[in-house]
Amino acid sequence: MDFHLSKEQLMLRKMYRDFAENEVKPLAEEVDETEEFPMETVKKMGELGMMGIYFPKEYGGAGGDVLSYAMCVEELAKVCGTTAVIVSAHTSLCCAPIFEHGTEEQKRKYLPDLLSGKKIGAFGLTEPGAGTDAQGQQTTAVLDESGENYILNGSKIFITNAGFADVFIVIAVTGKTTNKRGKPIKEISAFIVERTFPGFSVGKHEKKMGIRGSSTCELVFEDCIVPKANLLGKIGQGFKIAMQTLDGGRIGIAAQALGLGEGAVNEAIKYTKERVQFGKRISQFQNTQFQLADMHTRMQAAQFLVYSAACKKQNHEDYSMDAAMAKLFAAEAASDVTRRAVQLFGGYGYTREYPVERMMRDAKITEIYEGTSEVQRMVISSHLGVN
Amino acid sequence: MKVIVCVKQVPDTSGKVAVNPDGTLNRASMETITNPDDMNAVEAALKLKDETGCKVIVVTMGPPPAEGMLRELLAMGADEGYLISGREFGGSDTYATSQIVAAGVNKIGVEKGDIVMCGRQAIDGDTAQVGPQIAEKLHLPQVTYAADIHKDGDDITVKRMLEDGYMTIKVKTPCLLTCIKELNKPRYMSVGGIFEAYSKPVTVLDYEALKDDPLIDPTTIGLKGSPTNILVSFTPPQKGAGMMLEGADMGTCEKLAGILAGKHII
Amino acid sequence: MAFNNTDLAAFKDVWVFCEQRDGKLMPTDLELISEGRRLADELGVQLCGLLLGDGVEGLAKELGGYGADKVYVCEHPLLKVYTTDAYAKVICDVIEELKPEAFLIGATNIGRDLGPRCAARLHTGLCADCTHLDVDMGIYKDFLHEASTLEDARIEGLNTAMVLGEKHDVSRDLKMTRPAFGGHLMASIICPRFRPTMATVRPGVMKKRPFDQAKADACQIVKPAFELSEADLQTEVTEVVKAAKKLVDLIGADFIVSVGRGISKDVEGGIKLAEELAAELGGVVGGSRAVIDSGWLSADHQVGQTGKTVHPKVYVALGISGAIQHKAGMQDSECIIAVNKNETAPIFEIADYGICGDLFKVTPMLTEAIRAAKAAK
Repeated sequence: MDFHLSKEQLMLRKMYRDFAENEVKPLAEEVDETEEFPMETVKKMGELGMMGIYFPKEYGGAGGDVLSYAMCVEELAKVCGTTAVIVSAHTSLCCAPIFEHGTEEQKRKYLPDLLSGKKIGAFGLTEPGAGTDAQGQQTTAVLDESGENYILNGSKIFITNAGFADVFIVIAVTGKTTNKRGKPIKEISAFIVERTFPGFSVGKHEKKMGIRGSSTCELVFEDCIVPKANLLGKIGQGFKIAMQTLDGGRIGIAAQALGLGEGAVNEAIKYTKERVQFGKRISQFQNTQFQLADMHTRMQAAQFLVYSAACKKQNHEDYSMDAAMAKLFAAEAASDVTRRAVQLFGGYGYTREYPVERMMRDAKITEIYEGTSEVQRMVISSHLGVN
Repeated sequence: MKVIVCVKQVPDTSGKVAVNPDGTLNRASMETITNPDDMNAVEAALKLKDETGCKVIVVTMGPPPAEGMLRELLAMGADEGYLISGREFGGSDTYATSQIVAAGVNKIGVEKGDIVMCGRQAIDGDTAQVGPQIAEKLHLPQVTYAADIHKDGDDITVKRMLEDGYMTIKVKTPCLLTCIKELNKPRYMSVGGIFEAYSKPVTVLDYEALKDDPLIDPTTIGLKGSPTNILVSFTPPQKGAGMMLEGADMGTCEKLAGILAGKHII
Repeated sequence: MAFNNTDLAAFKDVWVFCEQRDGKLMPTDLELISEGRRLADELGVQLCGLLLGDGVEGLAKELGGYGADKVYVCEHPLLKVYTTDAYAKVICDVIEELKPEAFLIGATNIGRDLGPRCAARLHTGLCADCTHLDVDMGIYKDFLHEASTLEDARIEGLNTAMVLGEKHDVSRDLKMTRPAFGGHLMASIICPRFRPTMATVRPGVMKKRPFDQAKADACQIVKPAFELSEADLQTEVTEVVKAAKKLVDLIGADFIVSVGRGISKDVEGGIKLAEELAAELGGVVGGSRAVIDSGWLSADHQVGQTGKTVHPKVYVALGISGAIQHKAGMQDSECIIAVNKNETAPIFEIADYGICGDLFKVTPMLTEAIRAAKAAK
């Protein structure tokens, strides 16, 4: 195994850090406080190619690789969990399924604007009665009399980027079918829905514990007209597309968790070297040293899992279990490490004067969205054949 | 038309600066960066490229690892890099350095329509000498401290900063400009640019490549070509710590005001 | 006779370039004339001013009052406003003719444009932005004993230097000391093989002497011959604009209240508190590089290696951590007061008085306490 980054990846990391430090970090506190979507930052990221890192240049991408994308999310998350998830949801949950399952026309139509960040993407799977359990889907898509359009009805909740996205990948029930064992199940399909389609609207904005600047909203479909040409993949492939999309998405969320944890370690190292108690810098206490050693070790282990999953995806190997393990481990590590960072900061850590409490709030969601840690364990165990 | 930007890789003196026991700088322990003012020159050149489609060439003199810096500038959008590097050039002071860089620029070729740009000064030495001295060696007009640059055909109009205001200066190409941070905000490398950076050309100019230039002979480069010598370098002593006052309340402030008044400082 | 800059014996006298803008001398001219006087005395030669402009002869006597024995005045309509080409040509021509052994220039934005261009043309060494100049070895060594961490034996052994493999006696060389690497290092530079030795000198560093009317009256004015025409100029100055806002005079201020990154949570509020304290002290407001780079204060407020070097009676540092670049510009202040939340901030290492606390709370109390203390006097 080669654990070395390429020259390009090393240069990218430097550029991401520079950008994160100078453009993202100064806004992170305000973005959290005001719950405002950092639109200006997204525009800047678009201009720099950060909204389409691992897609080919012919579609307007930057021509990079999946690891370079994961590193981007990681570096952003070190300073701002919100900005990181905007890139992750846009890239993994919207650009990727169009690139991987779209027709040539769909790719030509949607990717250039998405990959250059002129348009923002989102993904609508979760419903009030169905999360990762796709069979619980209630949103329907029915071909109209003309046979030219699908009519969508229903709603989606907790949709990341929803308030500012222009293009949505939406999963809906298109009919009934039977599974391999002949049992009747719902036929599920995927669609590319534009914000401007009649009958589409964005509903209530959720007030969240963390990643407060990310726009998490409800999507409402009331006889929403979607041209037939916007069917993504074939009829009935929706479940497969959704699951593959989530596999990729998990690399992004794992990278977000990784960055949050690493960011907290960085802050804790800096703080404990400055803060004096009982006449000593608190970094001189063995408890601090051991805590930080453990924290860093956990994040380093997480990094190996995340990078390895990203490389497997890049090499078109089966990475589903790797992505699940990376997300499971990185998310739990991030929650633990950010919480420990707050403890090292003591009372100051609990105040909003220092960023670690924000990182702790931001980290929690990584154990929940795009498949909870419990779901990741299900995925991993099923790969182990433990059913 | 092309813009040739002269850049320097410098130790990042804003971070940790380590000094060896003999009073020299421990460069190995320090991060290197592209000199900040040079970044403004690169950005000014790339802006001209955005506007006119001109070619941007970056040139540096330094050890082989300085190629990494050139690649970063290529990732920002520059088209070509030149690395002037060779043992014969070691030990050069600003005068000899200017002589060598000027020869490198000659090798690339300066024609009508072209601009040579430099940063105002480098943060390692803060001398601000190399730009004007390259201009002198190339017989180019110079405008230093450029805070605004407008190009209209062969005419360049520069806002040249003074301590108490500015001058507007008109100059014709080819010319040399030195840039200050007020000029612009340097762009970031782009993701796409980074993936292209290693396929753009970087040419190494060693002594062999430059030795036919009239500016280059053994007495004009390296230690022999340097009119100045370092007699001694040293670290200044740290001023001893004074008094930390107890507390941070009104009483503390009154005590301090009392001391100042007692010493007739206020 | 061709100009031979390696015939060291042919060169004598110390010259100072006396920059004028709008027909007025720059403050740094008087500092350099004062310092140049000492160097000329140590060398046993004359101190000469070099004044370029149009209708500027009247300024020459003032230079005499600060120590110039002689002022070379070059007047021409094309010298009224500074251009690199005209000034460099006239200066280099006059130097080749009259051969000074040392040539000092104020390190203003103009001096730093002119100095290197002339040095390159004259093929001689220039040391930029000097903060200390010496000829006399005794005085130089005393300076090193005080201002360096060098061992005594090393300092005493500095009478010679190895120059291209040969021992060179430095006793008659101008030893030009300057900071490098943001003030982390100092270096003394010599120009042993060529003349004139050139230096640009940081404004505000050298001390001005008292004005001496008798010296002014005795000062000799000489007008050397030179040639200059439009054809020599490759640039055209179309306007000279004075900054609309009165720039802050940090160098001349006795009291400076500077703000640093510590004001970031309320920039306007922090600056206002600093202004109130400065007003009470009768001083001005300065800032660290972080503050200027963030655009919170204009560049004329910057104290430090890349800004101004100041030595006021009192320097108050509010929320300034004390990076070495900053310290390089203010550590010679007579009294340093630091207010910082972080008790390990390096600024406390050089502060005479330190208060560990929130500048937003401490500053108004300090202003009030100083007001009360002054009222009680």
